[in-house]
Parts: sequence; C-alpha cells; structure tokens
Amino acid sequence: MNKQRLKSKIIKYFLQSCGSLSIIIVLLIFLFLLKEAFPFIVSPGINELFHNVWNPVSFQKEEFGIIPLITGSVLVTILATLIAIPFGIIGAVYISEVASPKEREFLKPFIEILAGIPSVVLGFFGLVVIAPLIKQLFDINTGLTALTGAVLLAFMAIPTIMSISEDAIKSVPTIYKEASLALGASKLETIWKVIVPAALSGIVASVMLGMGRVVGETMAVMMVTGNAPVISMNPFTSVRTMTATIAAEMGEVTIGSEHYMALFWVGIVLLIMTFSLNMISYRVLKKYGMIDK
Amino acid sequence: MKNSKKYFPATIKLTALLLILFVFGVAGCSKRDKQNPQNKKSITIKGSDTMVHLMSTLAEAFMKKNPEVMISITGGGSGTGIAALINGTTDVCASSRDMQQKEKELAKEKNILAIEKTIAYDGIVIIVHPDNPIKDISMEQLKKIYTGAYKNWKELGGPDHPLNVLSRESNSGTYVFFQEHVLNKENYAPTVKLMPASSSIVQSVSADKWSIGYVGLGYTKEGNIKVIPVKKNDTSPAIIPTHDTVLDKTYSIARPLFLYFNGEPAGNNKIFLDYALSPEGQKIVEETGYIALK
Repeated sequence: MNKQRLKSKIIKYFLQSCGSLSIIIVLLIFLFLLKEAFPFIVSPGINELFHNVWNPVSFQKEEFGIIPLITGSVLVTILATLIAIPFGIIGAVYISEVASPKEREFLKPFIEILAGIPSVVLGFFGLVVIAPLIKQLFDINTGLTALTGAVLLAFMAIPTIMSISEDAIKSVPTIYKEASLALGASKLETIWKVIVPAALSGIVASVMLGMGRVVGETMAVMMVTGNAPVISMNPFTSVRTMTATIAAEMGEVTIGSEHYMALFWVGIVLLIMTFSLNMISYRVLKKYGMIDK
Repeated sequence: MKNSKKYFPATIKLTALLLILFVFGVAGCSKRDKQNPQNKKSITIKGSDTMVHLMSTLAEAFMKKNPEVMISITGGGSGTGIAALINGTTDVCASSRDMQQKEKELAKEKNILAIEKTIAYDGIVIIVHPDNPIKDISMEQLKKIYTGAYKNWKELGGPDHPLNVLSRESNSGTYVFFQEHVLNKENYAPTVKLMPASSSIVQSVSADKWSIGYVGLGYTKEGNIKVIPVKKNDTSPAIIPTHDTVLDKTYSIARPLFLYFNGEPAGNNKIFLDYALSPEGQKIVEETGYIALK
C-alpha cells in the first residue's frame, strides 16, 4: 500500500514541522531583534548603551544608557522572588504533605485562578490597594516603589513556584518519608530535614521559572513602580524596568531611529536574561531526572 | 481509485477547504485595501492622550451625521501619533505639541508631507493634593522642581516634606511641551516619576499628599486634587487656568492642539476637519473641557 505509506509520511512531516515550529519562531525572533538593533553598533556606537542615564527624549542630547533599566528589573525581580519563595514553598509543602485530600481539592483551583489573573487587573489592584498600603506601612512619600511592583509580581510567581515545587515534593520516594518516621523523627522534622532537601532541585527550578515569569512581566510593574529611570538598590525608590520601557516607548519611536534600535537592545538583553533563567532551571530539572532525557 | 475516498476523510477535506478559503480571504482583503485610499470610508486617528476624549466625542457626533464614515481613535501619546503618521500607519495624527525639526526631516525622508491644523486650545494645569498649603508657584520654581534642583517642599515655602514629582511618559505631547516651555528644553531629572496616563497622575496626586503633577485642563474635574495658580515670574500675579486666561494667554502654560494630515486634507479627512472647525464642532470642544479657537 504505497498510498498508505505516503500518507503516513506526510502526516509525520506535518507533525514534525509543528513540533519544530517553536524553535523556528524563537530563532526568527532573535534574528529579527539582532537585525533591527544592529545599526546601533555603527552609529552611535555600542558604548552608548553602557551609560548611566536613560533619557531618550531630550532637546539637548539623547542618552540610551540601559544600566538603570537593568538594575530596575533586577531589583524588582530579586525582591519579588524573595517575597514569593517562602509563600510558594511553604504552600507547596502544605498542599502535598499536610493538607487533607479535601483541602487539596479546594486549594489547587484557587492557585490556578491566581495564576490566571490578567496582569493589568493585578496592576490596577496594586495602584489602588497595595500602593497606598505600602505608603502607610513604611511611612514614605509615595506608594509607587520597586517594592510595590515586587509584591504584585510575587503574586504572579507564587502559583508557578507552588505548583512545580509540589510536583517535586510529590516525586520524593515514600520510603524516605517512611524511613524517617520509623527512625522516630516527627512529621515536621521529616518534612524539613528529609523531604524538602530531597526535592530541592525541583524547588530551585521552580524558583528559576518563577523568576523568568517575573522578569518578563510588563503591565503590572509599569502601573505601580513609578517608572523613574534611576540606578538604585533601595526598595523604596521608584524604578523603571526594561519591560515597562519597551512597552511605554515602542509606540512613539520612528522605525529605524536611534531610540528604536536602543529599545531593541533592551529587548535583546531581556531575552537573554529570561533565556538563561529558563536554561538554568531546565538543566537543574534534567540533572535530577525530573524531565525525561 | 475506488478506495480513494478512504484516504481523505471528512476532517482533512474540511481543513483543506478552510485553508483555501483562508488564503483567498487574505488575498481578497489586501486587494480591497489598496483601492482608492482617499475615498475609503474609514478614518484612523492616532495620537495625543490629552485629546482622546475630545476626538472621540467629535467623532461620535460626526458619525451620527455621516453614518457612511467610520472613525477609529487610538491614544498612546502625541509622539506615538506623529511616529504613526511618519510610518504611514494612521490617516490623521492628533497632537498636543508641534512636530520637532527632527521629526519633520524623518517625515520628508519617507515622503510624508505633514500639514498642521489647530483645532482647539488647552492649558496645562499644575495639580497638588488639597491638603497642600502651597498657594501659587512660579515658572522658575516649576523648572527647578522638574529638573531636580528642588527636592523638598520647604524650598517652595511649604512644610518639610520631600517632593514627589510626577510627569507623563516621554511619548506624551504634554511631556515634550512642558520640557520645551517650562524646563526651557533642559532634561527632566531622572527621579521624576513617569506615569503612563494623565488619569494615573490625578489618581496618584489624590492619594499621595506631597505630590505635584501636571495634566491637561480636561482632567481637573475628577479626583481629589487642587489646582495651583501659576506666576510668570516672581513679581507677576498668580493666574488660575480658566477659559479666558488660556485664550488671552495670560496663563503661562497654554498650548494649541493640532491635527496633522499627510498632505492637504481631502475627501473624508477634509469633511471631518471642517466639522471640527464648524461652530458645532467647536461647541463640542468647549463641552469636553478644552478651549475653542474663538
């Protein structure tokens, strides 16, 4: 049956191309970013990117230093991760080890709902609720700070961290737990000294993936961080993240202008950051056998 | 061949049919778009956030009278609108500032002839929280606030609290106009917070007691805010922005609002412009909180 073979071949190629589509898209995006950003190296020169001032609209001299944007993104990401880690991991431990099956059935859908809240809705909530709260709590001038953005981003990272950590904890063999309990360890000791360390690689990977989500988030941070491009590691100052800069300024630029190319460089840096975070977490997961080789 | 039907089940046939329809559909669409750009029945207007309310009210009234014309309006900032006009992605650009030399050159490179038409006036209003005791502010003080020379309300004769300075994003026409006419083309201080919209400035000023911000006249009706009168210099009187003070230019930060066209407006673009300038259109300008030309 020649036709049969032909048909299965066609279907195979079709499936193959679907499978490799995402690789092709990633490559094309990267090439496109490089192509649009490249002329910047010739004029005004790549050194312009390493200045400390981002001031793309000026009557004197436009400056495209992306350092403040990088520090802004890094500050917000680190803060958000620090906030999200305890909630995410303790939550995962509770759901997988302590909660009754009924509780689990009840809790898990809510985590999924939290993951599904559109970021602009979260941003609005942050602007109206979290920002005034943080302002009052820390007695500062304004609630539009890096910390406010980090709190919102933590809300987004928590579901990621929680669900992947939970998988990791579940995949710890029950004999570990049984052995520990048999040796007379309490339930709490078993969880913190046996189960969590055994699942650590998966937990680390979940944190990395959560960070990847946080670095790339745009709308919520744009609405609450104040967007002032200053270099600062103080959580109570306003910062401007890379994502917010691209979102706010991409519309205004003329195609091919220096500002346009500078924004593409910001995009490249951002892509490299998320890509490396994803690579690291993939490596960790693979090393400990949580992803099939 | 008798069995050929078996090899192509209904689902595959359907998919193929859909694909073919899709390809033809796309081809059909692009063909239609290329026909007579001047006579097409839709106008896209893009640009100033300050003017969005005005433009959409104008467009609504216009479409009621001319139901065959569709107008779609997007904000995004004057800079965004001008860039869209230069990039050829909008028919009309609404802008709260005039085009800069650099933008004119870019437009020329791309064979776009930008024609400017003034349709209304607007005042930029300085707003603070109602509990702020500051009574008035001079242009010089504003400049020092936004360039970062002043950091505390004390320096303006107020209480000892750090200034929380709010501005629009750099794609806003108000941002550039303010930079040109209040900061005398100097740069904003990096500590100035850039807010994504005029309404978020109003929101933030009503929430944070020691903030200062600027918005268009049309935004002063909402929120828990106080409008601060502005002095041209230390000795001149403090002027509150109103219809009259903006129109006779005694208020220092007044500006025209423009529509930009690619080439002299013709066809529907011209009908729309004429409508905006007609007594009826100018009445809408006043009703939406802006200032009519006469």
